[in-house]
Amino acid sequence: MKTLTINGKKHTVEAPDEMPLLWAIRDLIGLTGTKYGCGISQCGACTVLINGNVVKSCSIPLSYADGKEILTIEGESENLNHLREAWVEGNVPQCGYCQSGQLIAATALLDSNPTPSDEDINTAMSGNICRCGTYPRIKKAIHKAVELKNN
Amino acid sequence: MDAIQNMSRRNFVKVFGLASGGLIIGCQFSGTDKVVRIDDGTSFTPNLFVQLKKDGKLVLMASRSEMGQGVRTSLTSVIADEMDADWSFVSVTQATGDSKFGNQNTDGSRSIRTIFEPMRKMGATARAMLVSTAAKKWNVSTSDCKTKNHYVINSLTKDKLFYGDLVEDAMNVEIPTEVSLKDKKDFTYIGKTLKSVDLNDFTHGTAVYGIDARLPNMKFATIARSPSTFGTVKSVDKTATMNITGVEQVVALERVKRPFGMLGGVAVIATNTWAAIQGKNSLNIVWDKGLNGAYDSEKFMQKITNRVHNKGKIVPPIIGNTTTAFSDATQTIEATYQMPHLAHAPLEVPNALAWVHDGKCEVWAPVQSPQTARAEVANYLEMKPENVTIHVTFLGAGFGRKSKPDYAVEAAALSKKINAPVQVVWTREDDIQHSYYHTTSAQYLKGSLDEKGNVTGWLHRTAFPSIVSTFKPMSDYGAGFEFGQGFNNNQFDIPNMRFENSKAEAHVRIGWLRSVCHIYHSFGINSFVDELAAKAGKDPLQFNLDLIGKDRIREDKSPFPLNTKRLKNVLKTAAKKAGWGKKLPKGHGLGLSVHYSFYTYVASVVEVSVINDALKVHNIYTAVDCGMVVNKDTVTNQVEGAGIFGMSVALYGKITAKNGAIEQSNFHDYKLTRMHETPNIDVTIIKSDEVPTGIGEPGVPPIAPAIANAIFNATGKRYRTFPLSEHGLV
Repeated sequence: MKTLTINGKKHTVEAPDEMPLLWAIRDLIGLTGTKYGCGISQCGACTVLINGNVVKSCSIPLSYADGKEILTIEGESENLNHLREAWVEGNVPQCGYCQSGQLIAATALLDSNPTPSDEDINTAMSGNICRCGTYPRIKKAIHKAVELKNN
Repeated sequence: MDAIQNMSRRNFVKVFGLASGGLIIGCQFSGTDKVVRIDDGTSFTPNLFVQLKKDGKLVLMASRSEMGQGVRTSLTSVIADEMDADWSFVSVTQATGDSKFGNQNTDGSRSIRTIFEPMRKMGATARAMLVSTAAKKWNVSTSDCKTKNHYVINSLTKDKLFYGDLVEDAMNVEIPTEVSLKDKKDFTYIGKTLKSVDLNDFTHGTAVYGIDARLPNMKFATIARSPSTFGTVKSVDKTATMNITGVEQVVALERVKRPFGMLGGVAVIATNTWAAIQGKNSLNIVWDKGLNGAYDSEKFMQKITNRVHNKGKIVPPIIGNTTTAFSDATQTIEATYQMPHLAHAPLEVPNALAWVHDGKCEVWAPVQSPQTARAEVANYLEMKPENVTIHVTFLGAGFGRKSKPDYAVEAAALSKKINAPVQVVWTREDDIQHSYYHTTSAQYLKGSLDEKGNVTGWLHRTAFPSIVSTFKPMSDYGAGFEFGQGFNNNQFDIPNMRFENSKAEAHVRIGWLRSVCHIYHSFGINSFVDELAAKAGKDPLQFNLDLIGKDRIREDKSPFPLNTKRLKNVLKTAAKKAGWGKKLPKGHGLGLSVHYSFYTYVASVVEVSVINDALKVHNIYTAVDCGMVVNKDTVTNQVEGAGIFGMSVALYGKITAKNGAIEQSNFHDYKLTRMHETPNIDVTIIKSDEVPTGIGEPGVPPIAPAIANAIFNATGKRYRTFPLSEHGLV
């Protein structure tokens, strides 16, 4: 039995230790905002925060997350909320599928670096693929979120 | 909106009272690719619906799939504009797959083009009815009423009536037989920047994609498919699989030999997706490789390259005489261009949840063509189509892959076999290795120049396994619709032209991918024109403009024939935005490309640098003329995305096969453009009152050749075989 605190709410799951956190969140707990894209930590669609650290949940065993705090796209945080606002303002998504992971990765970036440069964004966001190609808008929206936060 | 009652009246629209209250207006449109036409005869069956509720909410039923191209937003904006509706009251529901909704196929960049006018008329009709209702209440003439932002306003008294409050009475007013459409200058939404109607869901993880569909007691399945296309199972050892926690069953799945049937294989049924994936990976299967077991894409490329170096089948038209042109020429040049297979790799993998019960089947799936899915599932289950319901979820992109609903058939087949709801999920490896691939191609071009550097002759040979092979095996030559995608209908005014097609057998399933044959034909044509310009010692911009020639409308059967003036205009616009001719930093180069596809005109100028053999794309300037723009931001977003998509094609796009099996498996070896490679993308939309044309695809074809031309401009090196990663540039 593992206990996961997801977006402030406790969940217990019965599953093998090695099950990737992604599938526990999606299939056992039923929060489907976190997406499967590749299963090998290449695309970032499954990005979540564990105790504030950015991880690819498809490649993190459930046992590692046991007892820890997890933030998914269904959750709230100050930076995430500013980013959401900026995402809406910039009309960022196309199909929207990767955006859960993009938003969480961007949240982690702003959590550690309140005023990222373009280069910082490139480094932090290059693990997240958007097949529709919304990168220029994501970059702009991250800057915008900083602006929204500072105002 | 299934509780429709009291069908009444005739003409273009119909009005239905709804049990739950509200006004529903339906109209019929003809979703053919040819012309926009309103059918208002007696055999009227509405296939577009809009519902105005008593609380003012306006709900459109979208008949097209949303896969990132913004169609739900664009369609809605058209109706809301003609209704003078307040955007904050507008929402969209998704139609199930049913012929009553007209042609629902979301491909060919046609949604806006075919539904635009019917939607406008429907909105205008609703508005007229609301005005009549209000006029009656006030006892004034309708000409004394105007509408704004969800209200009818009495011009004499300045009184206002909210649309929602008029709903009940509006159901009883006469439907106008003729409505006047707004003057274009009065549009409030059409042509303006509108945000997606789905942003809140996209940013909170609450948009339900196919892979998110859930039913009580559902099972999760993965399928092991033959590494070589159409191979079959010889033997299976499932011992290790059955030892995995969560795995319940291993089920044999037969092949269904329809274009979108299924490949068959061995399915693993489990209580969660991960167990199903582990179970699949633990199967020990011996395959009979079958007919395609020896497919070697590198050897195949050699084979089709040799073929285009020899005479092929003539594809009309033959213009003038290229033999004489070549023998009379001051100089001739020839070049061969090669492109590998590509996979769509939408970020949401193919998946479907199906539940066969009580003689019926329900499917929840991300499909571009719900009616095709319905037909394929009904065929497999031997059910009447009306007993199959396709619930169209959000699509985590499609790019053509999700026009082919083999995954829905798989889910339906498994649900029937195990008598439970089953969700089939393709792993990324399955997606990369068992797709309906974009074809591989070889092209040979030969051109001649006179003493002034004018092009006098043009010979173009193309060879590519045809999409038709998916529908009709052994179709070894290209089809007319494939040639029509930028091959035998190029934009040039050259006195002698000849087109030939060489044989190319398919050894994998061939499908269409965003902009289809335009990808390779644009690559060949735009690269070769750049080579001709260099040979003639001319500036590529002027050379292209001269080659397109004088203003003219090309004579062909197209409903919207190519207008060379519009084509030259996008080219000039993109060049101007890029500062064509400006002095560039050392190692930098500019390249241009122009292409007409899906009735839309697009030109791109790309700035790259190649320093120490490392390629960087700095800027993409794209100008697009897609007629009247419905949603400016959707157009911009699509064209930006096309730039990134085109870069993936040019830099990394490569699917290869060895011994019948695809060599790539996931994003580490089927690479896509990422954030750190993203250039500045500048989009100019040409103002136009022409018919709105496609925007989902046309931005892609110019990108790859513009990059190749820019590299040539920067380095003097010409790359004729894609992707560029093969040349060590990235």
